Amino acid sequence: MKQGSVGWNDMPAINRDLLAPLSPGGRGYVLLVVLLAAIVSAGAGAWIYQIETGIGQTNLHPPIFWSAYIASFVYWIGVSHSGTFISGVLRLSKAEWRRPITRIAELMTIISVVIATLFVFYHLGRSWRWYYLIPYPNQREIWPDFRSPLMWDATAVLTYATASTIYLYLPLIPDFALARDRIGGWRRPIYAALSLGWQGSQQQWQALNTAIRIITPLIVMVMISVHSIVGYDFGMSLVPGWHTSIIAPYFVVGAVHSGLGMVAIGLYLVRRTYRLESYIRLEHFDKLGKLMVAMTLTLAYFYFSDQLTVWYGKVPDHMAILHSLMSGTFAVPQWTMITLIYVLPLITLTIPAFRHWPLGMMVIGLCINVGMYIERMLILVPPLAHPRLSYNWSDYFPSWVELTIMAGSFALAVLLYVLAVKFVPIISIWEEKEGHLHGRESH
Amino acid sequence: MSADQEKTPEARPHRWQMVIDLDRCTGCEACVVACHAENNIRISGAQEAAEGRAINWIRIERYWEGEYPDVKAKFMPVLCQQCADAPCEPVCPVYASYHTPEGLNAQVYNRCIGVRYCGNNCPYTARQFNWFDPHWDPPLQEQLNPDVTVRQNGIMEKCTFCVQRIRQGKEQAEREGRPVRDGDITPACVQSCPTTALVFGDGNDPASQVAQMSKSRRGFHLLESLGTHPAITYLKRLDE
Repeated sequence: MKQGSVGWNDMPAINRDLLAPLSPGGRGYVLLVVLLAAIVSAGAGAWIYQIETGIGQTNLHPPIFWSAYIASFVYWIGVSHSGTFISGVLRLSKAEWRRPITRIAELMTIISVVIATLFVFYHLGRSWRWYYLIPYPNQREIWPDFRSPLMWDATAVLTYATASTIYLYLPLIPDFALARDRIGGWRRPIYAALSLGWQGSQQQWQALNTAIRIITPLIVMVMISVHSIVGYDFGMSLVPGWHTSIIAPYFVVGAVHSGLGMVAIGLYLVRRTYRLESYIRLEHFDKLGKLMVAMTLTLAYFYFSDQLTVWYGKVPDHMAILHSLMSGTFAVPQWTMITLIYVLPLITLTIPAFRHWPLGMMVIGLCINVGMYIERMLILVPPLAHPRLSYNWSDYFPSWVELTIMAGSFALAVLLYVLAVKFVPIISIWEEKEGHLHGRESH
Repeated sequence: MSADQEKTPEARPHRWQMVIDLDRCTGCEACVVACHAENNIRISGAQEAAEGRAINWIRIERYWEGEYPDVKAKFMPVLCQQCADAPCEPVCPVYASYHTPEGLNAQVYNRCIGVRYCGNNCPYTARQFNWFDPHWDPPLQEQLNPDVTVRQNGIMEKCTFCVQRIRQGKEQAEREGRPVRDGDITPACVQSCPTTALVFGDGNDPASQVAQMSKSRRGFHLLESLGTHPAITYLKRLDE
């Protein structure tokens, strides 16, 4: 294998270990990429079919005008909070254990924002007229209506996508420079361009650190606002069950909950695939587990407050929804969801030994994510299925087109991640080195 | 925003209103059929109807009261309530759902991109979506109304109070150099109701039948507590 100017074996072990994932993948890797690409194609085919024939390919019908696509949008925006929360909040609080996790999480952020945006397009009745949402000068002087929460949402998601791309990119510059110097071949000019002439001078380090210091608090604020606004899409409506003031903070915490679960899955897979046991250590899983317990409890508290208020108030419009969830049409998904996102995490993650078991942490991460997906569906569908005029009550389950598009989008997320891992050092090398230095100084 | 839009509903030249007398409604659905014919509403067919996707701008809601064998069916025609403070309007990101100077809730088909927020936010479930391209079995396409747009796949639609008839009535009055008289304008549903349960007119004309009837002691608005200020007044059944 031809490398850059310095021989592979001459490099310090940390560079070798952390640049190794960038080398071309084996047969298993190619097979995985092909498999994922096949599922993505199936999803794309389903979408084309839906555009050709109509949104009627979904199982939507009045009064349920939103469901699987919007629930998926909310879910993926939620997953995107993994990166910003883990990396932003932990960077702000100077938590040392964040170092090997940040990049893994930040990559998830970018990819899931992209996937979330796709769902908006799947959802639109006339997706080919999407540009009506952009305020562009036109002959008829019609602008988008910024009174609509959907416009706030579009603005917020665009801001979030831009900000988190910058936030991912800044700490990557020194690592791209390292890759430029150490990895040859066709990728070299790309790394050279992306590293913006980084030489590692004192001045450059100072500029980088200042930039990261400025953007970190900003990105945390953007993160909170984004999911609040996604919550407002529902909260601002008159729909019973949506129209509640707790929905914004509830969405933010729910997002972080699924995000942390996704980070646990990512950590486990990256660690196992690239044998990074000495970088992603058991203490990282332990800390992550504790954070997940805190999120589970916060989310459960919000959920309980909301449902208790509804139950005690006994307003018929709201009670119809609560009944359908607790013992009616939606009871099975409801109780599955409660088990997956509250009960299982609390039972397992409060045991210290469990938090030191990477596989177990991954499984809990999976449970939380499946549960949160169901939860997003349950936020949307039961309230819409029970409008105030009970003549219109209805029911819903996704169609095969909806399910295929959802599966294809999930595969696209994994595919983008699998491809990105081959291009971006998945653990921030310079931050890891800085951590080693700090560790040595403090002992 | 035009000058008319800034005026209160009472200060505008017209305030189109409807009264629905529940005591007279027999649930015959003549209004539903008339509306289909007048407004080029697509024929959905049995399967789509079973999926809950049959488009109706006006529907007869049927509620059962009492236990078998002592049951009573109660009928309530529901259509777009043409709210003065319509929840469907501010949530539309592209102004497809907007308030006309005469206080109607209009839907601009060309502007609609189908986010369907208006459908969720309408507490009356009055708004309908075109799940597929429209289709009429021959020879039904021959009876399409040339004054009404045929709506394509992917957009929202709903009752317009037969805005094409309102416009016609106003133009006729203008040609004849006189104000619009009460009874000049009748939406298709009102025209076809065999029991005259539906009455339409200008609420700003104090002598009009609709203005008189809406003052009835039996009058109420649907889901009044939501503060949507509907233009439709229901009159309670007498046997209650």
